Amino acid sequence: MIGLDTVIEGVLLGGVYALFALGLSLIFGIMRLVNLAHGDLILLAAYLVLSVTTVLGIPLIVATLLVVVVMFVAGFALQRLVLERVLGDDILPPLLVTFGLSIVIQNGLLLVYGADSRRLQAGAFESASVTLGGGLSIGLAPLTALLTAIVAVALLQLIFYRTSLGRAFRATSDNPQIAQLMGINERSVYAIAVGISLAVSVIAAITFGIRANFDPSIGPARLLYAFEAVIIGGLGSLWGTLVGGIVLGLAQTIGARINPEWQILSGHLAFLAVLMVRPRGLFPSRRP
Amino acid sequence: MTALLNVTALDAFYGDFQALFGINFELGAGEAVAVIGANGAGKSTLLKSLAGLVRNRPDAVRLAGRPIGDSQAASIVRLGLALVPEGRQLFPSLTVEENLLIGAFGGERTSPWDLASVYRMFPVLRERRRSSVTELSGGQQQMVAIGRALMSNPSVLLCDEISLGLAPIIVEDIYRMLPRIREHGTGIVVVEQDIARALRSTDRFYCLQEGRVTLTGRPADASQDAIHSAYFGT
Repeated sequence: MIGLDTVIEGVLLGGVYALFALGLSLIFGIMRLVNLAHGDLILLAAYLVLSVTTVLGIPLIVATLLVVVVMFVAGFALQRLVLERVLGDDILPPLLVTFGLSIVIQNGLLLVYGADSRRLQAGAFESASVTLGGGLSIGLAPLTALLTAIVAVALLQLIFYRTSLGRAFRATSDNPQIAQLMGINERSVYAIAVGISLAVSVIAAITFGIRANFDPSIGPARLLYAFEAVIIGGLGSLWGTLVGGIVLGLAQTIGARINPEWQILSGHLAFLAVLMVRPRGLFPSRRP
Repeated sequence: MTALLNVTALDAFYGDFQALFGINFELGAGEAVAVIGANGAGKSTLLKSLAGLVRNRPDAVRLAGRPIGDSQAASIVRLGLALVPEGRQLFPSLTVEENLLIGAFGGERTSPWDLASVYRMFPVLRERRRSSVTELSGGQQQMVAIGRALMSNPSVLLCDEISLGLAPIIVEDIYRMLPRIREHGTGIVVVEQDIARALRSTDRFYCLQEGRVTLTGRPADASQDAIHSAYFGT
């Protein structure tokens, strides 16, 4: 029997997937760049938070802020020093470079942290729960993840549609050459976009790292879920990405309830089903 | 006297292909100059070179005495030279008002043009300010393109084929606005296929043919025959 608890669990899992996917969706929307290293960059952020909290003994919240700044700067530098050189009309070079980056990060993490599974420690927060009526209770950590995803999408929407930087993002995405005529420096806009994408990845890393174990090899699998969330939601739509993550989370949880072996399979099947009915996703951006 | 915009021996290339040969050109404050010529004569290339989309030697282009020939497009607009590109090239993801606001992205030059003064010149844009630019008529889109360029408060405004694809009555409406732009001291360069239209609203003209200036002067002083032969090379 698929009850309300399953649905709630699925929606909450969807929040984590949406956070995975947001950074990917953002970069694709602005730069038409598919970042194959996105999953590994999330892991890198998770390990950085792990190091900062365990080695330096800083509280998780402070560590998060610190790593957000570090990853923003890393993203900015990554774009200016590496990705910028391969962006162009040909989509293959950036794919190859981010694929290579994915391998470099995986092996780098393996070298520094080893292959053991790790987990972020959040103390009592990990197991705390909110009790609802009817014998239902919701884990505080997954609930926070979903709320964080909603706040993150709302903030990014605010930046996109209410600020001068957001207009510059959209204009550059429409037509980079004409955007230059407006005084917009395309290089800085792209670098800021990658920086924001990696900053958001830190939030994804924290919510994921508290919820489950991670080791250096799991990046690509997370990337696949992120891709599916972006495609289900429709390319170029951030709210769509959130919905896409929730659809994926729901499908996996319901599938697992029917038969524990079907969890991952049913996520992929939901993805294929959406593609068959709505090839451009649920909320494609209006732009042709 | 130093002109507002000074072009000296400008050669422009697309890869190995040379599109302009030794162009000399100048524009004074508040002046309107037409650049005419057949398709492929180099008119658009000249505007792109001025706006920084085609790079050149630094001193080939001077804006108020300052060499900008090798500057990036994004810094040239901040120095006060704006281009209304051929085909309008509005941003489809942005509303009418956002398209205007993005023109002021540089933010350093703030008068006389702002949203209020652009809306005063083109009142219909105020009514449509929340619309997507794709819903506008061609004439309204051209108004947005001009307004967007004005929002950077340029001292030099370059207009590439602003009459293209528009009904004659709309073209007249748009050209009627040029004096209001010039009265603030802004110099205007108009590139047009429609020679008569361009010459009626400008003080001087340059005729280009195959990348070279073949004739220049005041519209009133040039005979039809002289222009005809400079235009077609016969």
